[in-house]
Amino acid sequence: MTAPAADDVTAALTAQFPQAAARPSGDHPAFNVPAAEAVAVLAWLRDAQGYDFLLDVTAIDWAEGASPRFTVVWHLFSTTAHTYIRIAADCTDDAEPAMPTVTHLWPAADWHERETWDLLGVKFAGHPDLRRILMWDGYPHHPLRKEFPLAGIETELPDIEVAEETQAKVIAAPMMGGPFVASNKGEMNLTDAEPRAKDESWHEKKAKPE
Amino acid sequence: MATEFTVPDAAAKAAAAAQASGEFETERMSLAMGPSHPSTHGVLRLQLELDGETVTKCDPVLGYLHRGDEKIAENMTYNQFVPYTDRLDYLAPLANNAAYATAVEKLANLEVPARVNAIRVITSEMARISSHLMGLGAYGIDVGAWSVFLYSFTEREKLYTLFEELTGARFTTSYSRIGGVSRDVPEGWTDKVLGFCDQFLPILDEILKLLTRNKIFMDRTVDVGIVSAAEAVAYGLSGPNLRGSGVKSDLRKDRPYWGYEQYEFDVPVGSKGDCYDRYLCRGEEMKQSVRIIRQAIASFPAGDHYAKDAVRIFAPPKAKVLSSMEELINNFMIVTEGPQMPAGEVYFEAENPKGTLGFFIVSKGGGVPWRMKIRGPSFCNLSILPKVCEGLLVSDVVSVLGSLDFVMGECDR
Repeated sequence: MTAPAADDVTAALTAQFPQAAARPSGDHPAFNVPAAEAVAVLAWLRDAQGYDFLLDVTAIDWAEGASPRFTVVWHLFSTTAHTYIRIAADCTDDAEPAMPTVTHLWPAADWHERETWDLLGVKFAGHPDLRRILMWDGYPHHPLRKEFPLAGIETELPDIEVAEETQAKVIAAPMMGGPFVASNKGEMNLTDAEPRAKDESWHEKKAKPE
Repeated sequence: MATEFTVPDAAAKAAAAAQASGEFETERMSLAMGPSHPSTHGVLRLQLELDGETVTKCDPVLGYLHRGDEKIAENMTYNQFVPYTDRLDYLAPLANNAAYATAVEKLANLEVPARVNAIRVITSEMARISSHLMGLGAYGIDVGAWSVFLYSFTEREKLYTLFEELTGARFTTSYSRIGGVSRDVPEGWTDKVLGFCDQFLPILDEILKLLTRNKIFMDRTVDVGIVSAAEAVAYGLSGPNLRGSGVKSDLRKDRPYWGYEQYEFDVPVGSKGDCYDRYLCRGEEMKQSVRIIRQAIASFPAGDHYAKDAVRIFAPPKAKVLSSMEELINNFMIVTEGPQMPAGEVYFEAENPKGTLGFFIVSKGGGVPWRMKIRGPSFCNLSILPKVCEGLLVSDVVSVLGSLDFVMGECDR
């Protein structure tokens, strides 16, 4: 089964899944699908459309306050037709984002989903072994979330014995005066020193808001 | 009757007693391989469960080299991130630089001159040779052949000297800029590259001769760690690991970028998917890289080393910055606010030495990406380890690790 051209896959997908909508994309065909239908869409793309290679599972955090806050993105590739497709689904719950797993379709999804859980805190329902993968077990934060500071947050060492012995902690990176935002007005806290603290809403052509 | 041991070994006594009573029980042993182990090529830890010398379970533990590259990318301008790409697959920084720059250029919908593409092809293929040489040398050591490493490292040093002349650095090159490369090719450099190619091929043959029909090497690799084509695709393997399993998939052929369609080269594929096939693929790929480099240099286009029309993206030449107001302003804006990108989402991946390195960029416009996901090929290639290692001997795990040729920099990011 070879994957069809971009126009054909759009027509076939919308015929099969009427709720799928085209997603703005700079390159490959991309679609928004409801979270409940995501697995069915991906399985159909794999079995009926020849998108047999799962490249990547990841999520985007649209920052606190945005709703939907988390969007999970899958990238598929066809090893026969050599075309890509991007499928995105918004998580329905902003506080406890979740998405059904695709590990039963592609074993490759295992680690990608673990990484997405680890760094962004999106739970994959039905994943056989949803542990952290890059951060250590028991780490309390999801560092790729937008509210997590670039410098990091002071946390306990993973090894309790070492922590008791040395009284050491995992400390935030010292970034004051670093390559990001620096201030000449005395002390800055970590959040002020981050690039996103930089107020870019005004410049010489647009007055600073009062 | 219980055996008496002269050595007061409690465990041996207990085992003997158990054997005597007919209920000999064996316990599975837990063995941590790494994170600092010569064959784990960096900081990978394998938590192995052993039954005697047979691996019954393998659980890779990652993250020892996690630096939060994706988080860092969200907090700096596109050009500032180039040095971080050096440190993904730090054995082929030139290929990473170029792949990253191309992803961002795709977001900007920017066409780069033919000369830039040719430079990227040449440098990426040189990076492929240097990465495979390293992989080959280290693999030799892993399975007990020391001398391969000495030969391959000598060749790699020659390449690094060429990199140094081109980029100013041997290892962390940071050569790409969004919209071009940081400096043009120095005069006479391409001739030196051709000179390297000429003397390299006979030496490569010699290096491969040390291994290809070597009885010990074949015993260690043939029929060890077999990955079927279907498994390789299901687990998302890429690069020589995927092709070693017989899947003829190479983005340089399938979705040509940088003008790869102009060059003639073959894509070697394995037949069985064992460690030996993966090794053979890498050996042949180096020869094909030489072919590509020669063709690219033969048809090396004249022109600029950056896209001249991309004034809001590529910083102007230094001499002009110091003498012209317009360029000074542009330079200031590009350095402080970053190259200006439209909003949008793109995914670009390039055929890197280790596999396909992909960048998924989500932009809301401006000089800083909103989200950048890096698909590190080594991360995906390693995910098959629990499957492959089950049932192997501990010493075969070393063979499999070396044959996957991973690098933790891009695995942990």
